[in-house]
Amino acid sequence: MKNIISDETMEYVGILAKLELSPEEKEHAKQDMGRMLDYIEKLNELDTTGVEPMSHVFPVVNVFREDVVCNTDKTEEILKNAPGVKNGMFKVPRTVE
Amino acid sequence: MAKVYETVIGLEVHVELATKTKIFCACSTEFGGSPNSHTCPVCTGMPGSLPVLNKKVLEYAIAVGLATNCDITRYSKFDRKNYFYPDNPQNYQISQLYLPICRDGFVEIETENTSKKIRIHEIHMEEDAGKLIHDEWENCSLVDYNRSGVPLIEIVSEPDMSSAEEVITYLEKLRLIIQYLGASDCKLQEGSMRADVNLSVREVGAKEFGTRTEMKNLNSFKAIARAIEAERARQIELLEEGKEVIQETRRWDDNKEYSYAMRSKEDAMDYRYFPEPDLVPMMISEELLNDIKANQPELRTEKQKRYKEEFDIPEYDIDILTSSKHLADLFEETVAICKAPKKVSNWLMVETLRLMKEEEMEAEDLKFSAENLAKLISLTDEKAINSTVAKEVFQELFHHNIDPVVYVDEKGLRTVNDEGELRRVIEQIVNDNPKSVEDYLGGKEKAIGFLVGQTMKQMKGKANPDLINQFLKEELLKKA
Repeated sequence: MKNIISDETMEYVGILAKLELSPEEKEHAKQDMGRMLDYIEKLNELDTTGVEPMSHVFPVVNVFREDVVCNTDKTEEILKNAPGVKNGMFKVPRTVE
Repeated sequence: MAKVYETVIGLEVHVELATKTKIFCACSTEFGGSPNSHTCPVCTGMPGSLPVLNKKVLEYAIAVGLATNCDITRYSKFDRKNYFYPDNPQNYQISQLYLPICRDGFVEIETENTSKKIRIHEIHMEEDAGKLIHDEWENCSLVDYNRSGVPLIEIVSEPDMSSAEEVITYLEKLRLIIQYLGASDCKLQEGSMRADVNLSVREVGAKEFGTRTEMKNLNSFKAIARAIEAERARQIELLEEGKEVIQETRRWDDNKEYSYAMRSKEDAMDYRYFPEPDLVPMMISEELLNDIKANQPELRTEKQKRYKEEFDIPEYDIDILTSSKHLADLFEETVAICKAPKKVSNWLMVETLRLMKEEEMEAEDLKFSAENLAKLISLTDEKAINSTVAKEVFQELFHHNIDPVVYVDEKGLRTVNDEGELRRVIEQIVNDNPKSVEDYLGGKEKAIGFLVGQTMKQMKGKANPDLINQFLKEELLKKA
């Protein structure tokens, strides 16, 4: 494996992903991530000189919607997806910036 | 010798666009619905939902870009900005990083001393977040996603401003342009226009910029001015003490007139931007661009020019009337009904501005209609009410948008045109006040004022003052 994921990188990715992993899981994830990077690195073998970077694979542009209200009040249905409900709002663990 | 510092300020201005629906779904953007009543799977970030761009958002963004001398990016796309916070249900905000819709513009501002160009680095489109309420009772947070997905444009300036005065002039100019375009109502208090201030200080003549801070939570022009003064002083004090300014985001508390650090560069977020795969790119055709240009509404300078040609009112009035889109609309609509530009202008320039100042209101918050103002003007034209009563009626119009005709009739405020009654009252007043009569006839002309006042009082304010004067003089002559 060419790409070795450091403990620091693993730690950082864990923070970004909001995941708490056990030491074994971390080791496992490091191996997986290294292999993924190796796989993607295959692309670096291609000569892309003069090729425009591409952001989308479909040759489609300008998909728009007219500014017309179509959605009706579906509060009840939407709230079925909430982890908890209070006063018609999504109830989540206390979060303060 | 004490060091002399200069302030360097750049602004990030968020503006909520005046569309009927959200940026990526057909939910209403209307303010004040019950929590989560304007939501759907798209704006609550449900897996598998697909955002589709509201065309009006793109058109407004381009219109603002054109009015601020920007280059329009002909091939533009959206990007994902990843961060975790419960007001953002997808765990990412759809925004624009690499190819923002507008770039390299400028706005010209005139302050007391000079005029200068404030360069605009870019304008990009993005979605607003939901509203988070912290529930102390249960120690949890509650989220209302009605604002989630409301369209915003963010206007990023270059660091071209050097004082609170310049910042406010720039913001007022920007606000006026956007209001004239109809792209937003730009109310700072209600958050439809929000400005974040990036500020640093440096010694006059220094080539390098100082370390900057970003100030958030500025809800009024006054708060912005106070925050700028305070932050400038805070940074200079740090430098004078030989300390360093830390690059951080600070939150302004306008009641305490103090800001505190929210997060510093060390724990700055890693947004991991990447192209938004759910939205296809935008290719702005010449045709669309020309369409938007052709439909660009009349901006302030054009309006001022037209007023000069069309209406016989002073330039000073024109300046004030066009200083707000709403005020200008109100003026034109009222004139269209009653055909009396100077009279309409007087009501707007004198009584309206006086009451606005008293109530600390902005012109955009005026509630009365052109129809009702026109009715008030014709009541006074017909001499159906006198000027004192007219002002009283206007107060009601200003606060409650009453129908002046109905109001005047209900309250019985119409001028009494029964000349017989007026003559009887005047005869009585003259007989009851021999002293004033004597004074008047003895050459003290001012004494008539008292008699006019007494008559008006007796008539409960509803008499025609010209008639009172005329009849009084006639009655007094009889006593001579």
